[in-house]
Amino acid sequence: MNGLVQRLNDDVLSLFAAIGRFSRFTLAVVSGITIEPPRRRVILPLMIEIGVRSVAVVLATGAFVGMVLAVQIYSQLHKIGSETSAGPIINLSIVSELGPVLAAIILAGRVGGAMAAELGTMKVTEQIDALRTLGADPINYLATPRFFACLLLVPILTLYSDAIGVLGGYMMSVKYYGISDFFYWEQTRRYLARWDIFVGVAKSFFFGGAIGLICCYKGFQTEQGAEGVGRATTRAFVTSFITILVGNFFLSLFFNTLYSMMYMR
Amino acid sequence: MTQDFYGTGARGPQALIRLETVWKRFGSTDVLRGAHLSIYRGETIVIIGESGCGKSVLLKHIIALLRPDKGRVIFDHIEISSTDEADMAAVRRRFGMVFQTAALFDSMSVRENVAFGLYRHTNFPERRVDEIVAEKLRLVGLSGVEKKMPAELSGGMKKRVGIARAIALDPEVILYDEPTTGLDPIMADVINELILRVQQTQNTTSVVVTHDMKSAYKIGSRIAMLHQGKIIQVGTPEEIQNTSNPVVAQFIAGEARDRIEETV
Repeated sequence: MNGLVQRLNDDVLSLFAAIGRFSRFTLAVVSGITIEPPRRRVILPLMIEIGVRSVAVVLATGAFVGMVLAVQIYSQLHKIGSETSAGPIINLSIVSELGPVLAAIILAGRVGGAMAAELGTMKVTEQIDALRTLGADPINYLATPRFFACLLLVPILTLYSDAIGVLGGYMMSVKYYGISDFFYWEQTRRYLARWDIFVGVAKSFFFGGAIGLICCYKGFQTEQGAEGVGRATTRAFVTSFITILVGNFFLSLFFNTLYSMMYMR
Repeated sequence: MTQDFYGTGARGPQALIRLETVWKRFGSTDVLRGAHLSIYRGETIVIIGESGCGKSVLLKHIIALLRPDKGRVIFDHIEISSTDEADMAAVRRRFGMVFQTAALFDSMSVRENVAFGLYRHTNFPERRVDEIVAEKLRLVGLSGVEKKMPAELSGGMKKRVGIARAIALDPEVILYDEPTTGLDPIMADVINELILRVQQTQNTTSVVVTHDMKSAYKIGSRIAMLHQGKIIQVGTPEEIQNTSNPVVAQFIAGEARDRIEETV
């Protein structure tokens, strides 16, 4: 019994220690922008890697999500003769939920995994120590630009994904299933508010920041050679994935409550 | 030679670097157990010891990449073992470090690697940076590779670029972590010659960690043996060769004796 209590005690202590380490890391990353703003030669290649090179995968994800939503929603609405309602259901789902979440998950895999692997490799090959010997703060030099690149680019990529998702849904609903073009957009216009787009973008800021922080942190935590790099990469993705899903739930709850407070009085 | 608390072969009363009773633990293993060492200005001290005995750990304490659990590390009257990380950049400006794996930045060209410290610590115009990079690469016998990426270089070339990067800011102290490990005997000797050349042209203090005795005898003005977390003997290469300490004698002779069965 004593052993169990001791173990529980140790687990709680190590959990708090981990939270403390991550909080300090977060503070160091965010404050890094004021200490030494990332230089153009550092941030530009990152923007290309994180942003430009992710466009294709994000567009493909968005398009197929939009199309498959149209297939499923049309088949259900067709049974009750309400096909024209497909527009707002598809577009609202894409803009406020599926677009941000799926784009973030894809980017956590593509960008986050790559960042954790790169930083992990730098750690085990002593490149991070080399940075310190040459007068650079590794968090400031490596994590801060990656965090801000993710924070800025994940929402932009999400908007791309949303746009192509909306287009995919439209193509399937109107061009393939033959729903009225006018009613499709008229119904969408009626039920899809700017607020929904704002919620989607706000969520993607959170997801972008979370991916940047978690994946850099896991990269810096890498130990023990190539095996450690693999482990760090997996942990970076899994932790980001869970954070995106859990975060999405709480953000949805928060924004719905906020909406009720602002507009439903 | 006088025998003092920190070893033999002291060249002056004031050590440039002093490790005082340094303890360092990783997990449940005490890697350093009260290591003492004094390093004097202008000398090349070679730290020898078995693989995994903590030589690199000791070296990383000298530049505060690692901090001791107990004890102090003092560099030129500055207690670097307790200096804030933010203040260490100015101290590290006076050091150069050559890593075991060269640790070149993969995403940067050779020029960018060598120039990295120059960009961090100086405001030299691009032309001056180019001149220094070319000069340091010439010194390590690698002219004309500025545009190559680290992946295009052999192991020996990477070590040379690592040395060029370490000396770019003309540091007072250069730390070499296993500089000849993984190289063929000829390339290992080339690196030894380069260490001597850098020592002569830059007039630096050098600390070299190695288990290559040929290298230690060739480049060391003093040799220190690390064993079970402590410096057990310090002396000139001649004193080490004629040692009466059985552990040191076994190591420099490279004899297995009773070490076939290893306990972990």
